[in-house]
Amino acid sequence: MSSHRKYDFKHLHYVGQDGKLIPELQRAQEEDGYIKPEKIREIHERYGIPLSHIFGVATFYSQFRLDPVGKNIIRVCHGTACHVAGAKEITRSLEDILEIKSGGTTEDRLFTLETVSCLGCCSLAPVIMINDDTYGNLKPGDLKKIIKDYRKREAAEVAQK
Amino acid sequence: MKIIVGLGTCGIAAGAEETYRELLGKLGDANGRIALEKTGCIGMCYREPLVEVRRDDGRCEHYGNVTKDRVARLLDEVVQNGEAIDDWLVWTSDRTGSETAYLDRQQRIVLRNCGTINPEKIEDYLAAGGYDALKKVLSDADPEAVINLVIESGLRGRGGAGFLTGMKWRFTRLAQGDRKFVICNADEGDPGAFMDRSVLEGDPHAVLEGMAIAGFAIGANDGYIYVRAEYPKAIERLTIAIAEAEERGLLGTNILGTGFDFHVKLKEGAGAFVCGEETALIASIEGKRGMPRVRPPFPATKGLWENPTNINNVETFANVPWIVAHGPEAYNCLGTRNSKGTKVFAMAGKIRRGGLVEVPMGISIAEIVHEICGGIKDDKKFKAVQLGGPSGGCIPAELQDTLIDYESINKTGAIMGSGGLVVMDETTCMVDVARFFLDFTQRESCGKCTFCRVGTKRMLEVLTRITESEGREGDIELLERLADLVKNNSLCGLGQTAPNPVLTTIKYFRSEYEAHINNKKCPAHSCQALLTYTITDACNGCMVCGRACPSGAITGEKKQMHVIDQSKCIQCDECYRACRFHAIERV
Ligand SMILES: Cc1cc2nc3c(=O)[nH]c(=O)nc-3n(C[C@H](O)[C@H](O)[C@H](O)COP(=O)(O)O)c2cc1C
Ligand code: FES
Repeated sequence: MSSHRKYDFKHLHYVGQDGKLIPELQRAQEEDGYIKPEKIREIHERYGIPLSHIFGVATFYSQFRLDPVGKNIIRVCHGTACHVAGAKEITRSLEDILEIKSGGTTEDRLFTLETVSCLGCCSLAPVIMINDDTYGNLKPGDLKKIIKDYRKREAAEVAQK
Repeated sequence: MKIIVGLGTCGIAAGAEETYRELLGKLGDANGRIALEKTGCIGMCYREPLVEVRRDDGRCEHYGNVTKDRVARLLDEVVQNGEAIDDWLVWTSDRTGSETAYLDRQQRIVLRNCGTINPEKIEDYLAAGGYDALKKVLSDADPEAVINLVIESGLRGRGGAGFLTGMKWRFTRLAQGDRKFVICNADEGDPGAFMDRSVLEGDPHAVLEGMAIAGFAIGANDGYIYVRAEYPKAIERLTIAIAEAEERGLLGTNILGTGFDFHVKLKEGAGAFVCGEETALIASIEGKRGMPRVRPPFPATKGLWENPTNINNVETFANVPWIVAHGPEAYNCLGTRNSKGTKVFAMAGKIRRGGLVEVPMGISIAEIVHEICGGIKDDKKFKAVQLGGPSGGCIPAELQDTLIDYESINKTGAIMGSGGLVVMDETTCMVDVARFFLDFTQRESCGKCTFCRVGTKRMLEVLTRITESEGREGDIELLERLADLVKNNSLCGLGQTAPNPVLTTIKYFRSEYEAHINNKKCPAHSCQALLTYTITDACNGCMVCGRACPSGAITGEKKQMHVIDQSKCIQCDECYRACRFHAIERV
């Protein structure tokens, strides 16, 4: 049986799978930091969802990445409150410190710099989030130390190995 | 005695986790006598980390800005000696402390438990009367009565449009279908809004209870909570709350032995603002691209997998248990004629006390900004508030006596929206604010409607060129014409409201647009391309600016005052940032 047979085109509804696609993509990204082409194929084979559809969904949502990223993801909030509190300066300083542009990854693959709209801590604007940790009330001058701490931790980890 | 640390995302960002760990370590030997607890955000984000000391006789004291290094003194003086540290005190049960005014003016219904209970312990919620409303509803076994009660309370949806909640429930109840769904919209995408996050982090059971009551009223046995991925703490606490409630038989199969089943599933968003729109959200739960569709049919008749679906906002659901427990009159006696009850506002921007405030509808903007939140930071001049996020608009300081209810806000051209209130001062450029929002909506447009997709892009281009000193005559009129087209030719709320930030800023701050276009000046001194950089006599000739300048515009001898050649200056701001003597002036 072709794997497409499980797919009910009329209702765009995966028989027996209540909307598994997005959680599956989220899991794939959690494992590798981005969605590897193999994973897309795997999901296609397991659920019979057409590749075009998977790709369509993966490119629609800003959370999904199709390219490898650094170990630590820095997200600079550019929401309203952070914008009026100087988020531009924060991004600029981080760009200077990391020597990359927003959206890029450092050569050592330690950091990826991104922007997001509102992290929900607007009263502490400007705010950034590194992985799942939030830093608020930032001044451009605070960033050097924060980044240094991550680099130190990484060095310690490498030394331990 | 209990010591309670506020561990909402805002608290954690201010260092509350370190405070908690320090307390844990230092209390090691006193354990048993002194209990250490966690709680959500009480709303005073500007004084985080917050620590409450609850004494055995019921008195309590809240201390603000208790960072790790202050723990020792707190334990010494407050816990050991039983004294209060007046300087750090923000609020006490005897109504003293610096922030008493902030809390006294509020009426906390949605936030009733936020910052007082441990959101990771169902016992706390139960002790505060939690799930009593659900028990009552299930034992009365009269779904119609529940709907009537919610209608009578006057509760309107807090997600933006303000539709009567009870009516929506009735439509879903009456709709034909074997299977029905309840969805909680926790996508909270409006930049500048964070009340849903706080409620989910501080009192997740209130939302779950509200959903279960809705499920019972409309005849649904399945619920979904769609939470945006940027809220990891909310997702964590909701997961715990669902598991705890299921364990106690308050969710799941055969709730409290009444035969009513209600299963709640958590869905994580994947980063798309448009997924806050109800039909897009449903598409997203179904695993598709989150694109809105034409309504009708409304979700109440054809929603999730074509089944009747009731979708409400987090704050809407959190109100429900309170209304059931206290009766509709207790709720509808608050507020104005058409807007009942309370509303939570997320205060941010150039405000002294940024955080969450819950106030009865009908209070004025001025009261919130000045009396409750202490006015503008750094004694700057109050210029405007932005209400309603990208769908909303800017209300100028002259209209600060506007009352907060759905109709009065709409009259100004803004909308209530979800309740994010960003305060702006004289240093905020209103053209830049409009550009900021259009940049946002243009990126977040799902692309389905041409006017929303292309129109917002064209508007953004015009706004960008105005802020970059390339504005042309007729640009304001062009913006107005485009705004009209985008508003009237888009399918969903995103496009229909996207021009609001532009239209309100043109309406109230037209002269600022004109200054940008005609005089090539930004009155707020915020748009970089319209600034003139000069060097003042604070310059001591250190030569740093000259080296920083990428266009060779700065010249001068060592230890001599430098000058900027205006014809070469590209307004990149490098010299301003490099100068350590504040000798560069931007006007
Ligand atoms: C572009 C767009 C974004 C929206 N975002 C949200 C949101 O983040 N949270 C929310 O509760 N409602 C949002 N809404 C409103 C929902 O479509 C819907 O009206 C609401 O969830 C209904 O709940 P309520 O009746 O309790 O307000 C949005 C609407 C639009 C058009
Ligand atoms: S605007 Fe940055 S956290 Fe909300």
